[in-house]
Amino acid sequence: MNATRVKAAPVWERRLLATVDDGPDLAVHQQHWGPLPSARAPELLSAVQASGLLGRGGAGFPTARKMLTVAAARGRTVVVANGAEGEPASAKDRLLLMRAPHLVLDGIQLAAKIVHADEAYLVLHGGTGTTEQVYAAMHQRRDRVGVELRELPAAYVASEESALVHWLSGGEAKPTFTPPRPFERGVNGRPTLVNNVETLAHLATIVRRGGEWFREAGDADEPGTLLVTVSGRGVDRRVAEVPTGIRIGDVLERAGVDVAGSQAVLVGGYFGTWLPADLAAQLPLSHHALRAAGGALGAGILVALPRDSCGVAETARVAAYLAAHNAGQCGPCLNGLPSLAGALNALATGRWDERWWPALERWMAVVPGRGACRHPDGAVRFIASGLSVFAADVAEHRAGRPCASVSSPALLRVPAVPPAWR
Amino acid sequence: MRIRVNPIDCKAHGVCAEMLPEWIELDEWGYPILDGEELPEQLMAHARRAARACPTLAIVLEGGGR
Repeated sequence: MNATRVKAAPVWERRLLATVDDGPDLAVHQQHWGPLPSARAPELLSAVQASGLLGRGGAGFPTARKMLTVAAARGRTVVVANGAEGEPASAKDRLLLMRAPHLVLDGIQLAAKIVHADEAYLVLHGGTGTTEQVYAAMHQRRDRVGVELRELPAAYVASEESALVHWLSGGEAKPTFTPPRPFERGVNGRPTLVNNVETLAHLATIVRRGGEWFREAGDADEPGTLLVTVSGRGVDRRVAEVPTGIRIGDVLERAGVDVAGSQAVLVGGYFGTWLPADLAAQLPLSHHALRAAGGALGAGILVALPRDSCGVAETARVAAYLAAHNAGQCGPCLNGLPSLAGALNALATGRWDERWWPALERWMAVVPGRGACRHPDGAVRFIASGLSVFAADVAEHRAGRPCASVSSPALLRVPAVPPAWR
Repeated sequence: MRIRVNPIDCKAHGVCAEMLPEWIELDEWGYPILDGEELPEQLMAHARRAARACPTLAIVLEGGGR
């Protein structure tokens, strides 16, 4: 960990969330941000390059580089704004769409201009109110490129980039074998730029205030502010905008989490990793710092687990959810994840047989890296981190002494609906 | 030459592991585990035969000429 990167930020500047208290109307948006600049594509792109913006969907890929690739493609291109937020512990995309939809819609227009797209989609989850809100916002505007709103079926892997593209092309919302990647051949065969809605919202601020302004906040290598979603006991998916590189402990405390009373923090969502709470609290909130600690920033999800909760049970429940939400396409995942989930359930609930341990270890070794998408890799990383961070409890469970709190209410949210693919 | 399996097309027939046992073994559900993506020169002919024999054509060979 590099302590010098940690910034003391007693007052956190709100950028994307500057207007959330004043409502989602176009008038509020324009009052704060002014009109959309009429700059041409090359100027817009150099502003993005100067900003150093990294994608906010989880992978942290440089946005300008992705845009350059699509912009260089021949023929007509497509922009897809991903606001489907497949992570059950994330709420930042929904907040953005509900309270600042015009930043996202501005971002879509800017992205379309940069990659010369004449077709754009905004993908959402139905039943969350976002479709209605964004629809209302769209009717307050006159945009050059029409945006089609689409409600994605509710499945964890449906918002994976190749799954989105396959579904928008008329197929099921399931990942496809790559290459080709969407930027090569995407929606209906056209080169497609897929960006998370928060990334697009940042874009709308960067072209107005400049790349230098964007870099004034946050870590030098991963600049700007970041939307995080924090959960813990008594804290249900609280969204905050924070500068990157800030101490995770500060973020948790500001969101109302009792850090001293926590045993572990899930960082990065259900493809992320459990980290011991005292370690996580000291780490800067950045891709490089979390990678160095064996974790991942993902889409900025933090869930603090209280000391009296059973980490084995929490891990087992999410493992069962991830297993149920495999796309049923690739053998190692469709066989391996249910096997892993079954073993973890037995471990959590006191029906464990010690002869299963070698199988559990074997599955964790053979399942990752062999699917069309990263679902098996993410699920196994999550499970492995749980077995490691909660090792003391795992030993007790293996010895036939499951935690007393094993049946207490789950902290990690697990949607009960079965996955849908169309 | 690079060798990959298209895991969506693969239906665990296991032909590849029979024809290229030096490079491919099967997991407990019958799906292939490859010993890496870069295939040694001396296995290229076997690999091409295995790719042609796969009932779902799930073996993907890239580069290395024909």
